[in-house]
Amino acid sequence: MKDSLLTGTRIRPAPENHLGEEVIQAARRRFMGGALIAGAAAVAAPAVAAGGETLDIPDWTRQLGPGVGTYPYGMPSRYEANVQRRESPGLTRTKQSSVSFTPLQSLFGIVTPSGLHFERYHAGLPEIDPAQHRLAIHGLVEQPRVYTMDDLLRLPSESRFHFVECGANTAMEWGNSAVPTVQYTHGMLSCSEYTGVPLKLLLEESGYDRKNGKYLLAEGADGAALTRTVGIDSALDDAMVVYAQNGEMLRPEQGYPLRLLVPGVQGISQVKWLRRLEVGDMPWNTREESLQYADFMPDGRYRQYTWIQEAKSVITTPSGGQVILEKGYHQVTGLAWSGRGRIKRVDVSVDGGRNWREATLQEPVMSKCLTRFRFDWNWDGGPALLQSRAIDETGYVQPQMNQLREVRGTRSIYHNNAIQTWKVAKDGVVTNVQVS
Amino acid sequence: MSRSADSRGAFRRIVLLVIASAAASATLAAGTSPRFGFGKPVSEADLAAWDIDVRPDGKGLPEGSGGVMGGEAIYEAKCASCHGSFGESNEYHVLAGGVGSLKSAHPERTTGSKLNHATTLFDYIHRAMPYNAPQSLTDDEVYALTAYVLYLNDIVGDDLVLDRESLPKLVMPNAEGFYPGVGFMSVDGEPDVKAPACMKNCPMSGEETSSLPESVRGAHGNLALQSRPLGYIRQGESTAEVQAAVAGGGATAVAEVAPETLAEQVGCLACHAVVGTRKLGPSFNEVQARYQAEAGARAMLLAKLEAGGAGNWGEMPMPSVSYLPATDRERLVDWILSTPATGATP
Ligand code: HEC
Ligand code: HEC
Repeated sequence: MKDSLLTGTRIRPAPENHLGEEVIQAARRRFMGGALIAGAAAVAAPAVAAGGETLDIPDWTRQLGPGVGTYPYGMPSRYEANVQRRESPGLTRTKQSSVSFTPLQSLFGIVTPSGLHFERYHAGLPEIDPAQHRLAIHGLVEQPRVYTMDDLLRLPSESRFHFVECGANTAMEWGNSAVPTVQYTHGMLSCSEYTGVPLKLLLEESGYDRKNGKYLLAEGADGAALTRTVGIDSALDDAMVVYAQNGEMLRPEQGYPLRLLVPGVQGISQVKWLRRLEVGDMPWNTREESLQYADFMPDGRYRQYTWIQEAKSVITTPSGGQVILEKGYHQVTGLAWSGRGRIKRVDVSVDGGRNWREATLQEPVMSKCLTRFRFDWNWDGGPALLQSRAIDETGYVQPQMNQLREVRGTRSIYHNNAIQTWKVAKDGVVTNVQVS
Repeated sequence: MSRSADSRGAFRRIVLLVIASAAASATLAAGTSPRFGFGKPVSEADLAAWDIDVRPDGKGLPEGSGGVMGGEAIYEAKCASCHGSFGESNEYHVLAGGVGSLKSAHPERTTGSKLNHATTLFDYIHRAMPYNAPQSLTDDEVYALTAYVLYLNDIVGDDLVLDRESLPKLVMPNAEGFYPGVGFMSVDGEPDVKAPACMKNCPMSGEETSSLPESVRGAHGNLALQSRPLGYIRQGESTAEVQAAVAGGGATAVAEVAPETLAEQVGCLACHAVVGTRKLGPSFNEVQARYQAEAGARAMLLAKLEAGGAGNWGEMPMPSVSYLPATDRERLVDWILSTPATGATP
């Protein structure tokens, strides 16, 4: 068995409690000394990486592997099995109305693998037969219509990259630091290439009432028959009725076979399993825009129809719950996005927001889409407070936590787009903190 | 009633408000013919089963009626198990209590205290409740349950009966408790928080105002097993934890799939059923039944998987699967030999 800590090659499974403290300490010393070592529990296996060690020929070089077609639908390497959507324990009481978070700390670039897109259901995951699925468009229209998936696939389509962020992303952090990793602080955030029919086209086909048709009701076909009001301006601007995600049909978790996509707007409005669009002249005040998904303000009133997700960013590496194992060069990287358009600039601070330097934006930088930023950093081994701050094309600047609280208090649940602080301690341990 | 009417004092008066019949009738742009015309024209009548939304002005409310009196029994039978007899259970959402408390120092955020339009309650119960059987209630039942939930909140008296005329006229105590977040409703809306893009010596003290409370540490499990164990920045609450996770198998330990899944993934199930009919090869429970008592079976089968061969079950040979890692072959054989005849995986 060929084991190496740094190459991640096969490590013999051994329960943690089989390791004595001295084994861990010894491994740590060797590790911190920069030597590339065999996994502590493995017996004297040569490592496979560079650094003055002898390279050996591993098993996989001496074998004929499984043939083509062994995995008709490919899966990530089994060594990637830690990279999963996860729930935050105790957050919800029922699996059917719950949420799982995207492991942002483990992802690269801007596209979220479809199987890792965060999940949020209100009545479990429906299994919809696309042949039986229908989309109805009616209300203030000249001719109500019902579309099959065949009809929708025949209409002219567009593909665009957009983020989807739940309005409650980072909700747990309004009052204080509450969860350990970026998966839980920011993981109700994903980004995909979506393909579908522009909603404008469907509305025009229906002969919608241009004078009085100010709002749309979107409804899902799941057991929650979830409904949200959408402003007609967003609908006519860049909204789409979407059937594909990252090159394949939508995943069931993301609304198979059809969902609404209103770019830049909070996740709850991106109604999944979309079955009905009704044009109307006033908002509906549905449960999901009054009893839930309304922002509780310091004066005891609720702010309603808070659609837009304002500019926000977060450093994903290094981030809470991680350990920086060596001093010296590390690339700081993270994500920035805005529901109002493109990201114009991202700044990074390593001293808790006192001084900032501009980060590099990774191309492509697209509207209402995740933008990856990167920042070269030499960790001197001392304490640091890492922050990132997004500025979008409207000039809006992502606020510090205290600036946000001054206006909105700490109880609004939704739309926490504050600057995130990660504290790096001398031992390299990174934790979630808030600073003023 | 499940609760004596006067236990919470006098009934509130039902305040009626006549909402001016809303919305001028639609003026439809005339004569715009569709460019594609795909999909089928449909009548509003054909859409009736789906068109269930109810607006604050009452548009969409169905015929029928129901009152507090009738609502109690339905509530007890279909709702109380999850929401509590008084709507007090916080298992999911608290349905009752706290009315009038939102502006106080200790706001109680319940369905009743937040509700701004009774139509929303009707609409939601109608479309989504009971949770375990959505859209199973009759319209009369939904009217009755709406009345009853309002009654549990002391918003109405026990003699209330609701129908499409009266329901939208009810004024909720929190009717004025909502306002549109205009700045968030369009891309060029005015943001409520304006932060400067200060670059040097900004007014941040660096003082730590909050860190992860000790009490929630560990609540999210072993962080080291929630990220890939590669690189010089790894997940884990300490270097030792990172190390222990790697030594303990890191990803590998949790990566192990169930043997049946493995058999599926590597193609065994193309020729073998786990239980039942013979495909090209014997079903695995047949194999188990034949060899389970034999001492050398494990070694023999491992050798067969490595070398392949025919004769034990027929003319058709078992192909060599020596390309699979030895550990996988061992797991498969151990599983096959322990697969109970029922086929349930051990
Ligand atoms: C099996 C458990 C269960 C039963 C039975 C049930 N509910 Fe619910 N109820 C829930 C859950 C779970 C939610 C939250 C759903 C979500 O998260 O979207 C909920 C939400 C609600 C809400 C919205 C609360 C709010 O403030 O957002 C109302 C109102 C409601 N239920 C009324 C009823 C009524 C009336 C009945 C009986 C017909 C009923 N429920 C039966 C579990 C149940
Ligand atoms: C292409 C078809 C095919 C595939 C793929 C296949 N087998 Fe077989 N297997 C057979 C046949 C045919 C036999 C019967 C051989 C015989 O009569 O001795 C057999 C026999 C066996 C036996 C019983 C051996 C004995 O001597 O009694 C075992 C155990 C077995 N297979 C396991 C597996 C496993 C595990 C896999 C996947 C790694 C697998 N097989 C994949 C066709 C296949």
